[in-house]
Amino acid sequence: MTTTSSDSAATAVSVRGLRRVFPVRGRPDVVALDGIDLDVAPGEFVSLIGPSGCGKSTLMRLVADLDDPTTGTIAVFGKTPRRARLDHDFGVAFQQSALLPWRTVSRNIALPLELAKVDSGEVKRRIGELLDMVGLSQFGDHYPDQLSGGMQQRVAIARSLAERPKLLLMDEPFGALDEMTRERMQTELARIAGESGAAVILVTHSIPEAAFLSDRVVVMSPRPGRIVDVVDVGLGDQKERTEDLREASGFFEAVKRIREALHGVEGAAPKAAEQR
Amino acid sequence: MTRGRRLHPALSGVLGILVLVLLWEGYKLIGPEKGWLVGKTRVLPRASDLAMPHVSTMISRLFEPTVGASTPPLWQTVLKAAIKSLGIAGVGWAVGTIIGLTLAMLMQRFVTARSAILPWVVLSQTVPLIAIAPLVRRWGAQLHLGSLQWHDWMSVSFIASYLAFFPVAIGALRGLASPAAAHTDLMRVYGASNWQVLRSLRFPAAVPYLLPALRLGAASAVIGTVVAEVSIGLRGGIGRMIIEYAQAASADPAKPWAPIGAAVLIGLVAASVVGLLGWCLRDYQRGENNA
Repeated sequence: MTTTSSDSAATAVSVRGLRRVFPVRGRPDVVALDGIDLDVAPGEFVSLIGPSGCGKSTLMRLVADLDDPTTGTIAVFGKTPRRARLDHDFGVAFQQSALLPWRTVSRNIALPLELAKVDSGEVKRRIGELLDMVGLSQFGDHYPDQLSGGMQQRVAIARSLAERPKLLLMDEPFGALDEMTRERMQTELARIAGESGAAVILVTHSIPEAAFLSDRVVVMSPRPGRIVDVVDVGLGDQKERTEDLREASGFFEAVKRIREALHGVEGAAPKAAEQR
Repeated sequence: MTRGRRLHPALSGVLGILVLVLLWEGYKLIGPEKGWLVGKTRVLPRASDLAMPHVSTMISRLFEPTVGASTPPLWQTVLKAAIKSLGIAGVGWAVGTIIGLTLAMLMQRFVTARSAILPWVVLSQTVPLIAIAPLVRRWGAQLHLGSLQWHDWMSVSFIASYLAFFPVAIGALRGLASPAAAHTDLMRVYGASNWQVLRSLRFPAAVPYLLPALRLGAASAVIGTVVAEVSIGLRGGIGRMIIEYAQAASADPAKPWAPIGAAVLIGLVAASVVGLLGWCLRDYQRGENNA
């Protein structure tokens, strides 16, 4: 469903002809991304999947204005990524929870609000809501080192949602968690994403994770990073993504299609290397 | 764990002093009166009462008059000098810490500042103190800052700060640069200003690096104060007192040990102040447990 409409204000993220080259001293430049076109609709859940080095994290960093494209354009809600960042239009979560160890759970969640100078009464109210949302109401006064990895990541997700962003950028947020915790967190994320109504771009290298959570899965190939396929998963509304879905035939079907698309990538990789 | 079996810090401190006293008295008991000579080189010190007075003599000397019958007891005189030196060292430490932090912030913020300042910071510590102390005094005396008059104690504080700023600058620079990329990215996403990044991220993250640096700075400030008092010739402090009493040691061997003990005491007080600071900032020393 990659629309080619130029009406970028109606999309959450619109990427056109994006290219990112990293110069390497003494060696040929590394083309991390090339010819990327992508649209993400408001409220849509899109996963970026591909082997390491396919530029999926680079693409996310470019959307988040943590890096600048070599050529091409990115629009986030019709604005430049920089404007969108300064307007606090999106939240981010990384593989490392990146919590500040000297702040309690509550004060970690409050950080983006404090930096945006939201008044303290509103901050307090919002912290309560967010702790409820991620199921950590009892842990507001704990410090990050007193929590398990899964709980830390939940705090990070709560923090990314603090300013009610309409877009969430997540770079392998469950990458460091064990399989059981990971599945539970995916179910929670599906619910949270459904409740908040935010569009999500999720970088992952787990096929089941992408299949379970996404409306669309963008399959990428490495060197140079390109989009090779977009798989429509469409397993229904985010709120219907419960544990039962993991055993539904539609889920297995989606896993199969993503895997086939990824294997196509591996087949195409030598060809891509020849082209360089 | 083994917490229950470990000694209380205060108890182990007392035990340490006791061991020192035992070693001192033990050597006095068995050590040769004239020391131990190999050829003409003395490898072990003399154990005579002149060179190594009994610990009990040193302590009882504290409660005898300083010079004559009408003067206050020795401990009072020494304590007064110690407090004066501690104050001078404290001013030096505070000034040095402020300068060190400012330099570290500049060096962290601007790469050019870093390459311009850092070599000079390192170089500054190779200048011998004894050489610059009289210079500082002379320059200070020619200084006219409005109504401010330069006193000799300020020269001593200046030299103390000159020693103290170095560990603070280096420690703070490392600490300010310590936040992980994920943390700085996060601050950028939230559109935090430079000042907000400094206050909410870099300073808190620097605390574990800063505390050892401050402790080192405090020790340097005390040493700098004692040495500078001697070479500038400032009266009333502990440094000058150690020299004066040592010159009179042949008549009163227990006396010079009082200001030496007081110098150790100043060092302990300085270290405890930093320890207290560390206790206040204990939340900032939590380990990050990234799962």
